[in-house]
Amino acid sequence: MKLIKYLRSKILLGLSLAILTYMMIPLALIIILSFNRPKGRQNTAWNQFTLDAWTNICRDPTICRAFSVSVQIAVLVTVIATIIGTMISFALVRHKFSGKDGATLGVFIPLSTPDVILGASLLALFLNIFIPLGFWTVVLAQITFTISFVVVVVNARLAGMDPRLEQAAMDLYATPFQTFRYVTFPLALPGIAAAALISLSLSFDDYIITSFNSGRIVTFPIYIWGAAQRGIPPQVNVIASLMFLGSLALVALAAIITRRRRLKAFA
Amino acid sequence: MTTLAKKRKIKTAYLLLIPGAAWLLFFFFFPLSSLLATSLKRPLGAAPEDGFAYALQFSNYSNAIAEYWPYFVRAFTYAGIATLVCILLAYPIAYYMAFKATKYKYLMLVLIVAPFFASFLLRTNAWKTILSADGFVVGFLNALGALPEERILSTSIAVVLGLIYNFLPFMILPLFISLDKIDKRLLEAAGDLYATGSQRFWKVVWPLSIPGVVSGVILTFIPASGDYINAQLLGGVSDKMIGNVIQSQFIILRNYPQASALSFSFMAVILVLIYLYLRRVGTKDLL
Amino acid sequence: MAKNENVQDLHLKNLTKRYEDFTAVHDLTLTIPAGSFFALLGPSGCGKTTTLRMIAGLEEPTSGEILIGTENIVPFPPYKRPVNTVFQSYALFPHLTIYENVAFGLRRRGIKDVDKTVKEMLSLVELSTMAERKPAQLSGGQQQRVAVARALINKPDVLLLDEPLGALDLKLRRQMQLELKWIQKDVGTTFVHVTHDQEEAMTMADTVAVMNEGRIEQMGSPVEIYENPKTAFVANFLGQSNLFTGTVKGVDGDLVAVDVNGLTLYVPKGKTNITSGKIVIGVRPEKIKVVDVDTPNLPKNQIVGTISDNAFVGVSTQYVVESPWGQELSAFEQNVDPNDLGYKGNKVVLAWEPRNSFVLDPDEDLTAGIEPELVLN
Repeated sequence: MKLIKYLRSKILLGLSLAILTYMMIPLALIIILSFNRPKGRQNTAWNQFTLDAWTNICRDPTICRAFSVSVQIAVLVTVIATIIGTMISFALVRHKFSGKDGATLGVFIPLSTPDVILGASLLALFLNIFIPLGFWTVVLAQITFTISFVVVVVNARLAGMDPRLEQAAMDLYATPFQTFRYVTFPLALPGIAAAALISLSLSFDDYIITSFNSGRIVTFPIYIWGAAQRGIPPQVNVIASLMFLGSLALVALAAIITRRRRLKAFA
Repeated sequence: MTTLAKKRKIKTAYLLLIPGAAWLLFFFFFPLSSLLATSLKRPLGAAPEDGFAYALQFSNYSNAIAEYWPYFVRAFTYAGIATLVCILLAYPIAYYMAFKATKYKYLMLVLIVAPFFASFLLRTNAWKTILSADGFVVGFLNALGALPEERILSTSIAVVLGLIYNFLPFMILPLFISLDKIDKRLLEAAGDLYATGSQRFWKVVWPLSIPGVVSGVILTFIPASGDYINAQLLGGVSDKMIGNVIQSQFIILRNYPQASALSFSFMAVILVLIYLYLRRVGTKDLL
Repeated sequence: MAKNENVQDLHLKNLTKRYEDFTAVHDLTLTIPAGSFFALLGPSGCGKTTTLRMIAGLEEPTSGEILIGTENIVPFPPYKRPVNTVFQSYALFPHLTIYENVAFGLRRRGIKDVDKTVKEMLSLVELSTMAERKPAQLSGGQQQRVAVARALINKPDVLLLDEPLGALDLKLRRQMQLELKWIQKDVGTTFVHVTHDQEEAMTMADTVAVMNEGRIEQMGSPVEIYENPKTAFVANFLGQSNLFTGTVKGVDGDLVAVDVNGLTLYVPKGKTNITSGKIVIGVRPEKIKVVDVDTPNLPKNQIVGTISDNAFVGVSTQYVVESPWGQELSAFEQNVDPNDLGYKGNKVVLAWEPRNSFVLDPDEDLTAGIEPELVLN
């Protein structure tokens, strides 16, 4: 009887762990196969353990070039989209003005437009105004859909901020600019940072919109798509694994830093 | 605040909005409207290379829908099923994270979001390997005689499974945020007022989580219905969704008017859904 | 800490705040003397917080002036006014240390060398050891002291306190009341304290203004407004009152005789101008003796009644006595002799000295200021 009760209380935990495992399975496969020496071109069946892919990531230079292109694009897109999106968010949350509802809607619509349509319409635009497709059209296209995501994330952070803090700042002789600089902005920073991280990953991983507007250049996802038929080299698995583990490491680092800072205050 | 200060605040608001508004106007709304114009063009010749002229050929829409309506239906069906399953899968884990997991809450959150950093193309492709005909999973299911076609890949099931996998985090996150906001003491109060465990859920937690559910549904259903990657990687010829059609019309066939007409028909359905959602919730909580 | 010199009077002139559908503050005119501890007392929604925010600059008046000395500060934004606020929720900056919170105002004014001043202020509020902590790591009482320190360090002409002690438990609140009073005397800044707690107002303030629905009902020292309420609202909101409606019978020496339901009650001539017609007499419960019917040498005002309820509160016993005409009267007796308590059903005499009575305008709503009771059916 006790065993059954114990099991029942753990059902939710069991379900959650099962679902989490389900989400991790492809990732596990990717990481495992990065250590594989594939028999043929297709890296789909386990053959032999090797560190070859890890030590020779750039044996095929197109892979590393595609990676570097994606990184460059991602950084550019993140910086610009985060700045523009944060400005929009501040206007929407902290200010009252007529047309606010319309503006909110206007920012929301790109979020609900399917990628194919976003990609296609931008392709049409670039063709019509004779901009050659390539690096910059990808950057422009990605910024367009990333802005709305930034607004959503920063909004969430700003909306939860107590407006009385800004009143207190003004009561203590801070001009509107000083209030922004010393109170509003530092408090909004975690949200802005989160938005930037999300932009990075959205940009880096984007395939559909990028493929419409990339012309000849090859980003990392475009390379993967092209290689999917022929066979994806294990080096791609290595890069993906590194990115996943890297993001985990960043989070762990952040957690350690905050914990250490909290302990220091009690010293 | 003085009236002068208020006026300055409004001016600041408009100034802040200018870069974003300009960008979206030029790179989103304008292209979209020009796409609308394209959808009404008429062909100048028999082949796409002959070009198109501006016109008001509304028949583009009726022709497109008449020819491709099965793809619409299939896309919404697959997306619908995937969304429903996602709710069923997301809810337990979001609930656990919000209510039961105190120490590991953020760890689980990270584990859900981190895979994003490892190329969704690769992960979907990984499913192709896992579900392949000579793989472990299919072999096991075949031994049980559970597979009518003796394979999973190139069937609609594979596509739906892919959709579920790809969009599950989009359902978990809004649900978790919504559930996390609920004051746990409400459950205690309900218990004090004689509510059983199941009543506490249906009468307190579920109603308060509905905004999260609706957000999740929107963030899942809309992109899922427009997706073509899953259908292409995991599905067969008969599993193509409207996204595949639009993509091929634009890139391969270059039949821009028809492709645009299809795009806008698709957008129309989605906008109707959003309108119904907005009617229920209001623009205040949109973002 | 050095005393604040050159503090000036605060004048509110015809201050009005009107919203679309209602008026929060009606044509308020009053003067708060420099260096005094002034309390604005009233129930929720009476306009006291709105008034405070207008002085701070966080709300714009619809009309009227706010003068410090002779200068009208209404055109100035909050960061240009020599006024600081202690917020109800403290509003401490969560991302700054206590030290930086307290130093905030000084830094924004461009003062470079803040260390000595900040350390002094922290020791004044006894938080020197907490300087490097963040607000979230402090208790409610400590946060409240940081809020006071942060405001006071700027030596404002006026310090505004918006119900700052509401979140504290009773003992801590009492302690803080005394501390704030000492600090105010020490520093010499004008304190304007907004509260709905009458005990707090009367304990701390030199002058109390009772506010109701956007208007000041009465203003004066705590003793003055308590012992001589001028309106039913003040009589009922501040402590409790028994109010009697009657007709002036005549004058008996220096007392006015009033007929109340057949009984004669007396009130000193000096307390009223009314010489005939309707009049309302009031008396506070603690002024009333509750004694047996045949007790000799009783004060001149007497009502015979039956105890319908009694509540032992520790320091006193609170009686509810039914008068011959059905009115329920309250009387509080100090528990000098616990064996001499009255019980339900006892017939008693309520007696009080005429000089303890006060007079109200007979045309008023006598229920103003009474908390609405829960009606359980």
